[in-house]
Amino acid sequence: MAKIKGAVVIDTERCKGCEVCVVTCPTDTLALAVEVNAKGYHYCYAANPETCIGCANCAVVCPDGVITVYKIKVG
Amino acid sequence: MADITFNDIIKPENLTYKKSRLMTDNVMHYCPGCGHSTAHRVLAEVIEEEDLQSRTVGITPVGCSVLMYNYIDVDFQEAAHGRAPALATAVKRLMPDKFVFTYQGDGDLAAIGTAETIHTCNRGENILILFINNGIYGMTGGQMAPTTLEGMKSSTSPYGRDIATMGSPVKMADIVAMLPGTCFVTRHSVNTAGGVRKLKRAIKKAVQYQNEKRGTCFIEVVSNCPSGWKMTPVESNKWMEENMFPFYPLGDIKVPAE
Amino acid sequence: MEKELRLMKGNEAVAEAAIRAGADGYFGYPITPQSEILEYLMEANPQVTTGMVVLQAESEVAAINMVYGGAACGKKVMTSSSSPGISLKQEGITYIAGAELPCLIVNVVRGGPGLGTIQPAQSDYFQATKGGGHGDYHLIVLAPSSVQEMADFVELAFDLAFKYRNPTMILSDGAIGQMMEKVWLKPQKKRSEEILPWATTGKPATRERNIITSLDLDPARQEKFNHKLIAKYREIEENEVRFEEFMTEDAEYLFVAYGTSARICQKALQLARDEGIKAGLLRPITLFPYPKKRLNELADTVKGMLAVEMSAGQMVEDVMLSVNGKTRVSHYGRMGGMIPTPEEVLENMKSFIKG
Repeated sequence: MAKIKGAVVIDTERCKGCEVCVVTCPTDTLALAVEVNAKGYHYCYAANPETCIGCANCAVVCPDGVITVYKIKVG
Repeated sequence: MADITFNDIIKPENLTYKKSRLMTDNVMHYCPGCGHSTAHRVLAEVIEEEDLQSRTVGITPVGCSVLMYNYIDVDFQEAAHGRAPALATAVKRLMPDKFVFTYQGDGDLAAIGTAETIHTCNRGENILILFINNGIYGMTGGQMAPTTLEGMKSSTSPYGRDIATMGSPVKMADIVAMLPGTCFVTRHSVNTAGGVRKLKRAIKKAVQYQNEKRGTCFIEVVSNCPSGWKMTPVESNKWMEENMFPFYPLGDIKVPAE
Repeated sequence: MEKELRLMKGNEAVAEAAIRAGADGYFGYPITPQSEILEYLMEANPQVTTGMVVLQAESEVAAINMVYGGAACGKKVMTSSSSPGISLKQEGITYIAGAELPCLIVNVVRGGPGLGTIQPAQSDYFQATKGGGHGDYHLIVLAPSSVQEMADFVELAFDLAFKYRNPTMILSDGAIGQMMEKVWLKPQKKRSEEILPWATTGKPATRERNIITSLDLDPARQEKFNHKLIAKYREIEENEVRFEEFMTEDAEYLFVAYGTSARICQKALQLARDEGIKAGLLRPITLFPYPKKRLNELADTVKGMLAVEMSAGQMVEDVMLSVNGKTRVSHYGRMGGMIPTPEEVLENMKSFIKG
């Protein structure tokens, strides 16, 4: 069976660190960074990029539209 | 499989989701985690996907979303507090081929603009009313709204909303559903991916009904106000699920006969 | 439709003239003494002839905001009401002024304050000419004194409104609204199909999105906008002053009156002349812009000016500002829906002359 592999690109400077994407992610790919962006927000990032399945749930709920999602079929 | 790198995946042909190109580059002024931002994005997606940009006129309210016109690349009118449906009525009557929507908060739609809301729906104007209900006045700093839940604290109900002296929260969607002029009344949320996708389908239906001149479409989005509720965004969504949804249940209230 | 002579009420003349001027929409709410405007339009049903939208709104507040929405589309839209209803419309009017939109508002004035009476008055002068709602702004204000002018000023008001992107008011009263006179009606004009560059009609790929708003959170930008408005009002004062003079060439004493009061003063003027009093009359047709310059000139040649109004004395303040102390100015007024007779106006002129 083909497996889906996803990846997220995050505009961390526009992220407000609301964490809604983090709790929405079904595969615990995302987390908030310890560092902050220029606005002082703990931005979200792919802490475990290898688990991403490209479901786009994070991007769909992201209020500020900072997440872009890609996916490919492998295998 | 181990050979596949991040750069292999993020190629244009693999794009799965990207915010609508109709969202402008302006950073939205909303607080972190605010449902307004998400609702804006969903609406922009529908306008883009349905190819409506060149015939859309949006009407913004007074409230947190007063500056909505900075974020979606369509023509906008900024109404006086509560009057958006009156503006929309004229726009649609004078230019019936346009896609016309109002975007209103609970203070705007259910307090000061109640008459305009009711009568616009009663006339069955062929417009979409998108109603964001977060149970509080966000912009002015968290005062009690007509939709504030019983017992809910706000800066003007500091001991909690007391029904005996402050009245009960108003279920506007249920009220307008009783009017023959409305064709589609439905309640949604944007706190989960599934909820956002459902809202998007509802807005698409509203576009279709407006094209078919079926009457007023009224879509309520039960939303959060992390700052006004004094919670983190994640806490506010949980609180909303536990407290708002039981009183304002999600789902269709009125659908047109097919 | 050709040019046509009819016997009509002033209110009906406004309605018919609006259709013939190619208006796109009328949004109103019934109130005495101007309900004939909405009634006439509903019966004429121009939606099927010219395509003009006529809608009875749920309130004056809704009606003026429908006008706001329609005007923001660049359409020729109007509303009408009488004093208490015009007070309700002030919120919308200031937004329209702040968003720089063209529209026509007809006020068929009745006595006030409050619910007042349903009889004619001129006690909304301050409200009409000094702003009315909040913020620094002016309407262009036209004051008809006949049914013919009720008709003619509709098209003029639209022309001025679009020329300056500014709301224009026809300030009438219950007498002119209700009286019947013969009126020449202009031929039917076609409704404009022009899409104005600033209007919200849907954003094509060829332009930036249009945003109609009166909001600016940046005080420096807002002040700049205020200056822009002031410059526009100065331009209007420069170009659009309209007035009419009667026997001012040799006048020693001047009546200053508009609308219904001007009609009465015309008769009082004849009576005065019969008695050998060299009286004259200046009738402002535009109340904003006000004929300040002409009154100031006349102040050099007359011995005094008597402002006659159906109010406690509102326009008289503009007369005083215009003459700036150069001549004596006084006021005679009736209120509450009472209309002065030419004889009592003459008597007051006589006592004014005595000093």
